[in-house]
Amino acid sequence: MTQREQTSTDPAPADSRFPGVSDEDVLLPQLVAHLREHRTKLRQEWTSRIHETHLLQAMTSQEMAAETTSVYDNYVEVLETGSVEALQHYARDLSERIIPRGVETQEVVGIVLLLRDVLARSLFEKYQRDLPLLNRVLDAYEPAANRIANTVAVSFVDERERIIRQQQDSIRELSTPVLRVRERLLILPIIGVLDQQRARQLTEQLLTGIRSHRARVVVIDITGVPDVDEAVANHLVQTVDASRLMGASVIITGLSPEIAQTLVTIGVDLSKMNTIGDLQGGLEEAERLLGYEVTRSEGGGSP
Amino acid sequence: MTAGPPLFSVLRQGPYLIASIHTALDDSQLARFTADLVQRIGQDRARGVVVDVAALDVLDSYASRTLRDIGEMARLRGATTVIVGIQPAVAFAMVQLGMDTGSVVTALDLEEGLAWLDAALAPVGRG
Repeated sequence: MTQREQTSTDPAPADSRFPGVSDEDVLLPQLVAHLREHRTKLRQEWTSRIHETHLLQAMTSQEMAAETTSVYDNYVEVLETGSVEALQHYARDLSERIIPRGVETQEVVGIVLLLRDVLARSLFEKYQRDLPLLNRVLDAYEPAANRIANTVAVSFVDERERIIRQQQDSIRELSTPVLRVRERLLILPIIGVLDQQRARQLTEQLLTGIRSHRARVVVIDITGVPDVDEAVANHLVQTVDASRLMGASVIITGLSPEIAQTLVTIGVDLSKMNTIGDLQGGLEEAERLLGYEVTRSEGGGSP
Repeated sequence: MTAGPPLFSVLRQGPYLIASIHTALDDSQLARFTADLVQRIGQDRARGVVVDVAALDVLDSYASRTLRDIGEMARLRGATTVIVGIQPAVAFAMVQLGMDTGSVVTALDLEEGLAWLDAALAPVGRG
């Protein structure tokens, strides 16, 4: 039942002529007082509900007690002041602490919804004898509670995304090392998914690397790349061609069966692609191309 | 023809010619460069040609075809050509546009190009 229907059927209370404003002004302080009064009891109830539903198992019970107290107080404060700013800060802070410990979005949302539920039940108990009043109390409570749940969930997801972005950046920085193994010989070990952006970065790093190291042979090891799409495969072939224009020959090692299939299916000219089964073979071939001869000294080999 | 600094230079270094392009050339300038260079091959009895394009940050399709043609012409006149100094960005742009240097060899820089010519022409020299 909405507030408007409520006022039309029951015109008795004086303040109901201004629904919303007066109800919130009058009822929310009452509500807050009630929730403050039964703080310990309600919080314990909430905590036991969290245990029952096996949420937040990554936390110890001490931490849980501390966090639930803060969440509870913040929750009541939002009801009182109507401003979610402090809660937002707290939620972001909390997220920062618990995300590294593997707490999931659904758990965080879950505990907030549990608290909402626990408090609603307690309100129900308190006002159940006066149904119209209960209705108005819930009308005042629900939007605020929804806004709180929303704020916490959004803060949590925001924090998560921030961490993900940060990690993406650092992965990108680490992702395409160009290493010199010998005079004029570079290797590029590539591990993980090769998407278009990373492929572009690889090309750039490789070509400038060839220039700065004056490389003649480059071994690109893609053992750690599970699969590539057509665009990336094409890009790879172009990179090999561009390296040749700069006077370096490229040896690709560790092609997976899937990538081999992709390369053949897209029908690029592979006649000039020098590929060798594994990195060891690739390095040996590179050394041969550069005129190195690696021999083991007599008596060597035992550590 | 034009005042100001030369657009390209062709220098003799032993049995080789070193042709450097100093700035972006338009089509007619490229044609003049080609004619000059091919003429010098016979005149200087050159056995190898290094074309240095390190100063160029753009190579259009006409220019890269000209480079390929120079290689072919030089071969017909008895010299081996190597193109050096293609910039990273230029190299990738060329590949993306489907241009290449055909049968003409490329090397990183002048030094590499000369070393390559030494190696490629050594057996002939001895024989």
